[in-house]
Amino acid sequence: MIVPYSHVLLLAGILFAMGVVCAVARRNLIMMLIGVEIMLNSAGLAFVAAALRWQQLEGQVFVLFIFAIAAAEVSVGLALIVYGYKRTGSLDPEIYNILKW
Amino acid sequence: MRGKSKSGPRALNSSLHRDSMTLYAAIFYTSAAVIVTATGMAITRRNPVHSVIYLIISFFGSALLYYLFGAPLLAALEVIIYAGAIMVLFLFIVMMLRVEPSGLRRPSLLQWLPAGVIGLVYLVVAVLVVSTDPGSQTTLKTGLARPSDFGQFLFQRYWLSVEIVSFLLLIALIGALYLGRAFVEDRGDRKEEEP
Repeated sequence: MIVPYSHVLLLAGILFAMGVVCAVARRNLIMMLIGVEIMLNSAGLAFVAAALRWQQLEGQVFVLFIFAIAAAEVSVGLALIVYGYKRTGSLDPEIYNILKW
Repeated sequence: MRGKSKSGPRALNSSLHRDSMTLYAAIFYTSAAVIVTATGMAITRRNPVHSVIYLIISFFGSALLYYLFGAPLLAALEVIIYAGAIMVLFLFIVMMLRVEPSGLRRPSLLQWLPAGVIGLVYLVVAVLVVSTDPGSQTTLKTGLARPSDFGQFLFQRYWLSVEIVSFLLLIALIGALYLGRAFVEDRGDRKEEEP
């Protein structure tokens, strides 16, 4: 017996909200990517707890895929950030408004 | 306790340890407090290097929770991939680019008030749903998915998804390589045009 499942869900929800705040409110492209990472990690936590709750391994399998998605997203995202930094010389997302009408 | 045979022979083995239930709960709440604190510090630091370090602490706590929930392979992968590879990649980029410390964005009241109200409503509804759902009150029993069982389950049932996700990683690798290369060519073209 560990804890009620709802407590794990609440922890994952709190972490997800923190990730949303970090992704939305920070004025830095790298911090926005870090916020996405926090969100993916909290989703993985909920999946692992659900795998234990229903005694099914599918939840853990899905976390493995989340890891792969996170790695792909981070590599492409950071490459894009480096590319944008070399073009504009800044990491402030408000600089990136070439497409803005 | 084996899972129902319908749900697969390799369902998590679970065993009851009633005597040590408070210890598991203590481990969970301690790790949860550490994770939330470290993540809170991470998203509020002005210097990205500090936030990356705090986030590594947070991911170590998550790995502890994975281990507690009976996923030792995922706990190891969390440390290796998240805390090891991804965060070190962030650290490299932060040190490669000259990142000036930046605070929170300060939008006007008209912008953040609707977002804040809607987010608050969602938060209240989510807490209500989670706390009133009878299914979520069930206490988690300790279980363990051995890495060998996990691997066999993965490659017997989801081998196609594994192949697809490996292909996705290959595409991400090619994309990152292309993004790194395109700028060099672009600059070369511009140099050609200038003289």
